Amino acid sequence: MQHLVIIGNGITGVTTARHVRKLSDMKITIISSETKYFFSRTALMYAYMGHMRFKEIKPYEDWFWTKNNIELIYAHVNSIDTDNKTLQLNNGSSIIYDKLVISTGSKTNKFGWQGQDLPGVQGLYNWQDVELLEENTKNISHAVIVGGGLIGIELAEMLHSRKIHVTFLVREDLYWSNILPKEDSILISRHIIEHGFDLNFGVQLKKIKAGENGRVKSIITDKDEEIECQLVGLTPGVHPNIEMVKSSKVETGRGILVNDYLETNVPDVYAAGDCVEFKEREPGRFRFEQLWYTGRMHGEAIAQTICGKRTKYERGVWFNSAKFLDIEYQTYGFVSAKLREGETNFYWEHKSGKKAVRFVYKNDDHSLVGMNTYGIRYRHELFEKWINNKKTIEFVLEHLPQANFDPEFFEKHEEEIAEEFNRQNPAANLKLKSKRGLKNLLSKELI
Amino acid sequence: MTPIQIEPFKIYKNGPKLEWIKKTGLGIFLTGVIFLLVSLTGTAMIMPNLFLFLSFGLSIIGAVVYALPVIWEAPAGIKNNKIFFNSFTSRGTIAWIAGIIITAFYFFLYWFPSFIENWIRLVDPLSYLLRGEKADRWFLYGTFYTLAVLFMGLKMIIKYRHNRYHIIRTLSVMFFQLSFSYLIPALLIMLNKPEHYFSYFWPLKYQYLFPNDIHYLTHTAGALGYFMVFWGAAMTFIAVPVLSYFFGKRWYCSWVCGCGGLAETAGDPFRHLSDKSLKSWKIERWSIHSVLVFVVVTTALLWINSASDGKILGSLSQTFSSVYGFLIGAVFSGIVGVGFYPLMGSRIWCRFGCPLAATLGFFQRFKSKFRITTNGGQCISCGNCSTYCEMGIDVRAYAQRKQNIIRSSCVGCGVCAAVCPRGVLRLENGPEEGRYNVVLDDELVQTSN
Repeated sequence: MQHLVIIGNGITGVTTARHVRKLSDMKITIISSETKYFFSRTALMYAYMGHMRFKEIKPYEDWFWTKNNIELIYAHVNSIDTDNKTLQLNNGSSIIYDKLVISTGSKTNKFGWQGQDLPGVQGLYNWQDVELLEENTKNISHAVIVGGGLIGIELAEMLHSRKIHVTFLVREDLYWSNILPKEDSILISRHIIEHGFDLNFGVQLKKIKAGENGRVKSIITDKDEEIECQLVGLTPGVHPNIEMVKSSKVETGRGILVNDYLETNVPDVYAAGDCVEFKEREPGRFRFEQLWYTGRMHGEAIAQTICGKRTKYERGVWFNSAKFLDIEYQTYGFVSAKLREGETNFYWEHKSGKKAVRFVYKNDDHSLVGMNTYGIRYRHELFEKWINNKKTIEFVLEHLPQANFDPEFFEKHEEEIAEEFNRQNPAANLKLKSKRGLKNLLSKELI
Repeated sequence: MTPIQIEPFKIYKNGPKLEWIKKTGLGIFLTGVIFLLVSLTGTAMIMPNLFLFLSFGLSIIGAVVYALPVIWEAPAGIKNNKIFFNSFTSRGTIAWIAGIIITAFYFFLYWFPSFIENWIRLVDPLSYLLRGEKADRWFLYGTFYTLAVLFMGLKMIIKYRHNRYHIIRTLSVMFFQLSFSYLIPALLIMLNKPEHYFSYFWPLKYQYLFPNDIHYLTHTAGALGYFMVFWGAAMTFIAVPVLSYFFGKRWYCSWVCGCGGLAETAGDPFRHLSDKSLKSWKIERWSIHSVLVFVVVTTALLWINSASDGKILGSLSQTFSSVYGFLIGAVFSGIVGVGFYPLMGSRIWCRFGCPLAATLGFFQRFKSKFRITTNGGQCISCGNCSTYCEMGIDVRAYAQRKQNIIRSSCVGCGVCAAVCPRGVLRLENGPEEGRYNVVLDDELVQTSN
């Protein structure tokens, strides 16, 4: 019987295992040195904030793995010998595989700052980080977070829940402005300030200073300003975790190099999730995909290939989501910080300043390229179809109520959005053509 | 680079002042509770009105002072911070003490009312005002119950002030508790009519279709009595299937019902304590359907007995009725159902025992337009939905494989959709076609139907 070994029990490794088990009865082993059981990495923040415990962030009960005949090994892989198809573990044992999937995830970026390894300086990526944070935040009152991305805002929210004052250092001129268009960035930045965080733009970390006890005492910014703090959260992004792979024959760049089939240069060795770097990508595609969703989709594709049906990984219409404190964000298709050639866009913001939508569409045929939504929920599947089928901005706005996914009784904004479009485009005369609800969702006219 | 200036609307500073106000509120509330306990001894009878204020009055004022500052703490949104760290909400010592106190109250209420006689006397003024006669233990109980729904409902509305579904739904349970389950029955007594609860019906309020009750109502209250019997039967046999078809069982369980009303208000801080394991789901199905069978058999026996003037069954049907009343009506729905809130979550009775919930569940599961839909591939498997499901449904198991959630137990409270950080869930009524979107490409899941 073939033996599939998966290194890493994050969403990618676990999705691979589940889909392989569905297609095949081969022996499956998952090795992880983080935790024995799979948990939702995206929920780490909730465990620290007391919304849930470790038990609640495990998506499957413990019996699930034995029932589905998936063996879990809690150990670290020291080395990979692809000639003999053998893995050496840190507990002294070795494992022979027929097929290997490497899904080792990421590590926090550190840019060689002075003091970056002091006690009290940390990132937020794995379960150990949460345990460390618990230790590091005992009886502290002030923290500095370096890096204004998605993990930074989560860490800020976590610390705020323990009444720790947060100073945020953001290199860009606005929060997440390398990804979000300006108005979107302002909306989120304003909300972060509203919560009482110190948000500093255009400021970088220069060095971290230690106190007499050897722990973090303060940081110095590139403007030579000193900020007292007892914790420094480093969240300037992540990079592939490939330490154990580097000494093997598997080819690496910044990540494990793979083709569109997630195959490495070594036969029977695959890599997927955060740790991979795509060798060749068509323009507009990312060489690194470090999202929960992409990890899951990598796993789904790779499982097919492993079970004999060689399947290319296709990203499909891009999507992502996040929650910035109280504001939910969803994005479908492609919305870049700066408009690309041949694109134009339409932005509407609610008077509360906490809800907004942005649509990007082509100049020539008005077909929809992407959308961002803040504080209003919209249906993923419908937008995917609209973008795939090149529906025009006019069609989309006229049928927008149909895509609304907010709870019942919520204030509806689609009429106001269409009116705003008419105001900004005097030639347009949009009128809503459908109502919210499941009734017409299946109709052909809509897609 | 010149940073862009941002003008915030308002900056929330969660300072020590708010903490101080909250602590004062808690202090006033606890003082009220202490006076309530002191009133048990009979000292209250010296100055009943003063003690009514010191106990009930202070508790209410304290609760409001404690609940209000949340508005100034942070912008509206989901804030379940420290729920699993707090002794009261995570089965700690305080939760056990609370559980024991509530359980003891039910114990005395049902079987040793003389022990709480002084409390009953304390609400006499209120009883004279509303019912025109002196209080009894059930009036005391109704007063406690209604106050809990109203003031914890207020707290619920403050917590979900950003969410209209929860505001409207909570106002609905508060309204039905105050009017249908408190003021109208009191008014009926004032008018010398039989006390009747129009928001309860068979098989939850099992007596309403028992031959004795029907006989009593129709013979003592004339036309009104006939209307009461008709109303109850119409609710059971017409409203249940029709409304459940259009809206799912939520129209009753999380909008109208008093048991649900208490769970959705006073029980809200404990909703995450419900067990989500597959094992508990199995127990639940056996348990709730056994109770339903029990009440159907009991009702049938009573009618056979009544039709045959007791010739066939003798005292058997009466024995069934008494056993059901004791085991299910008192022990299960009261002591376990409410007393164990702080230990097992707020919907123990609704999930494991309520025969009406079981009936509504059949319609919801097999003949209804209601479902919870999932938004494409947006689920991040975080587990907030499952954790905060008071019915112990593992919502995430469905959401992460893009499957609609259709479960007979779901009361449609909508909290899963509210706590979801990615906006994945939506309660919807829609065409029956395609309601069960069983996802065939992923059979390896924990759920089974």
